[in-house]
Amino acid sequence: MTMTVHVDIVSAEQEVFSGLAEMVFAPAELGEVGIAPRHAPFLSKLKPGEVRVKVSDKESFPFFISGGILEVQPHLVTILADTAIRAKDIDEAAALEAKARAEESLADKSGAIDYEAAHAQLIQAVMQLRTLERLRKRGD
Amino acid sequence: MAVGKEIRTKIVSIKNTQKITRAMEMVAASKMRKTKDKMQASRPYAKRIGQIIKHLAHANPEYKHSFLQQREVKRVGLIIISSDRGLCGGLNANLFRKTLSQLIQWESQSVEVDICTVGAKAFAFFGNIKSLKVVGHVSKIGDTPHLSDVVGVINIMLDAYRQGKIDELYVVSNEFVNTMTQRPVVDKLLPVVASEIENGLSGGHWDYIYEPDAKEMLEHLLLRYVESIVYQGLVENNACEQAARMVAMKSASDNAGKLIKELQLVYNKARQAAITQEISEIVAGAAAV
Repeated sequence: MTMTVHVDIVSAEQEVFSGLAEMVFAPAELGEVGIAPRHAPFLSKLKPGEVRVKVSDKESFPFFISGGILEVQPHLVTILADTAIRAKDIDEAAALEAKARAEESLADKSGAIDYEAAHAQLIQAVMQLRTLERLRKRGD
Repeated sequence: MAVGKEIRTKIVSIKNTQKITRAMEMVAASKMRKTKDKMQASRPYAKRIGQIIKHLAHANPEYKHSFLQQREVKRVGLIIISSDRGLCGGLNANLFRKTLSQLIQWESQSVEVDICTVGAKAFAFFGNIKSLKVVGHVSKIGDTPHLSDVVGVINIMLDAYRQGKIDELYVVSNEFVNTMTQRPVVDKLLPVVASEIENGLSGGHWDYIYEPDAKEMLEHLLLRYVESIVYQGLVENNACEQAARMVAMKSASDNAGKLIKELQLVYNKARQAAITQEISEIVAGAAAV
């Protein structure tokens, strides 16, 4: 039997995932991490991006999170996401539009925009699209 | 016939009151459903972050964050979360009674208290007590609270904690048990102290691996923790308020119904008596003729 670790993913609005998994992948602050069972205690901020919970060789659940916190205990992985959606539920059209809007306001050099907010928005949209792309590539 | 004119007007006025309380009951019922959903939605997050913080209290971090260290208690901070409006039964009264007993306990230990109030009712009550210092207040939050509503209050308290003005931070608010029951609870937020070990946790002497680094990570996490607990208290109190109002208004409507019934009986009796009297007068008059 393969080893498993209990994974909980919650967002500020709901519980997104709770169950056993073989491996969890998350976009940590200093690069993507893969957490296997019995990982050493680990605490990190998460960047916007894809969280993937590998339940078995055949089955894995991808989510998009907009940042958050990751806590790892040897037998427990907790992800506190600011917002989390199932990758399948990402609205591609809305993401594309958000990306275009953010790029537009970044290109606006008049200084009338909140640079940081626009930048964060752009990252969000790009990461959503990238998550979607990866989902397609895997052929789910 | 002018029998029981006063009784009739009284019945009408009670009926009008009953209409109002019934309407308020229905409004509260529908609002309760919404606020309860909101409360339940954010509960898992608050629960999980509480769990992480508990784990953290067991770790032995190389970086000593002030939120994790116990100090000698000379002064404590207290955030009181109440409702803005009344007519919700004993909800606020129970909360204040609980708070007062806690305050008396602190006084006996000669611990001073700084208070931040959320909601107009708490300010009206505790603002008038001379021996207490109210350092922050926020009200008129409405039915859809946002974290930004309470950030100001939280920052006042956290700054005071960082500067060593207060040595512990507590939150009092109502806990939503079910529609009929709301329970006032006092929670200790800071400092975070280790409680009993749960299973699944590493035993012995251990510490987290932090990314990007311990100081930044802990600061971020602990701030999130305090915010999330206070926010949860706020939405929970909101649901409690609507539930308590619904129950209070229901019993008010029922009582009005009872009152109307009794008055109607008195009125009918009086009318009957008047008719009987009139008949016997006519009969007596006819017999005399």
